[in-house]
Amino acid sequence: MEEGNKDNGENGIVLTEEQRKRRRARSIAIGLALGALVLLFYAVTIVKLGPGILRRPM
Amino acid sequence: MSLLSQSAHLGAELTQPAPVQLSRAEPSLAGVEDYLALLKPRVMSLVIFTALAGMVVAPGHLHPVLGFASLLCIAIGAGASGALNMWYDADIDAIMTRTRTRPIPAGRVTRSEAFSFGITLSVGSVLLLGLVANWLAAGLLAFTIFFYVVVYSMWLKRSTPQNIVIGGAAGAFPPMIGWAAATGTVSLESIVLFLIIFFWTPPHFWALALIKSEDYARAGIPMLPVVSGRAETRKQIMIYSLLLAPLGVVPWLMGFAGLTYGISAIVGGAIFLALAVQVARSGDDAAGDRTAKFLFGYSIFYLFALFAVLLIENRVQVLLGYIA
Repeated sequence: MEEGNKDNGENGIVLTEEQRKRRRARSIAIGLALGALVLLFYAVTIVKLGPGILRRPM
Repeated sequence: MSLLSQSAHLGAELTQPAPVQLSRAEPSLAGVEDYLALLKPRVMSLVIFTALAGMVVAPGHLHPVLGFASLLCIAIGAGASGALNMWYDADIDAIMTRTRTRPIPAGRVTRSEAFSFGITLSVGSVLLLGLVANWLAAGLLAFTIFFYVVVYSMWLKRSTPQNIVIGGAAGAFPPMIGWAAATGTVSLESIVLFLIIFFWTPPHFWALALIKSEDYARAGIPMLPVVSGRAETRKQIMIYSLLLAPLGVVPWLMGFAGLTYGISAIVGGAIFLALAVQVARSGDDAAGDRTAKFLFGYSIFYLFALFAVLLIENRVQVLLGYIA
């Protein structure tokens, strides 16, 4: 186990400051990647299907 | 205690699960930059560039958004194969000086994390390319990942000095994938672009192997200088350079590249050949290493320049066409 981690029973492992910082950076990167994918899928859908998808007959 | 109760007691003991040391996953110290390093960004940049050239030079029109998404898929697919390569080669990466600081041997990313990362990105990039562009391009991307990870990394790399000759095909596919994404076909022109990178790979890698041969020998990788010697490697560099230089001119001869490209390919190829001759004449000393290192550096410039001219010239011609 990484030096500096403490197992304090009920609460599990307590992360070191460095581990906490890196986990936060990873979380932000995953969030940004997911956000970029949402935008990409939206743009690709519009380009492939066109705005006409909203004007289909009922 | 009766025999029956003794055996029942023994049976109960045997069916008890053995005490298991429950190990908790260690908190990861991996940074975002480690996951980016798994994607081999330098290799990725060449992949993006050559795929873009294939996509732009191809006849037909691909919407810029779809072109960008396709290029992203090709880049991520190439990066995923890099991550899977690092997953499989972690043992030899730890031995070689060039690779021992990579995220897995350095202990920042575990092998299973790299494997999951690589597989997820591989599947995602192939499926997305199929949906965004077409399934031929997606199939080629899937084959490229398979070829790099299974054929090259798992099989050829540790078994034959021809590893990078055959394995080089994986790096040669991107312009063909770009072309397929734009046109939905594989044509002779895209095969020529494939062949240029295919024949460029051996002199490029063997120039590096000449400098790092001790590293490869220590890791037990049968690179050509390790198995057949440095003199044979220099000879092979010369042979492949002789094939590469005229091949570089073929896009101009076939008519899908213009005069600027033709002149660039002739001059660039001549310099490549001159450097290969220098390497062939050099010895096993520091000066010989410097010559090989220079050829290695120049080979990267040569390929970038060739595809850059192909790309820029094509765009200029399109622009002039609009103006006219």
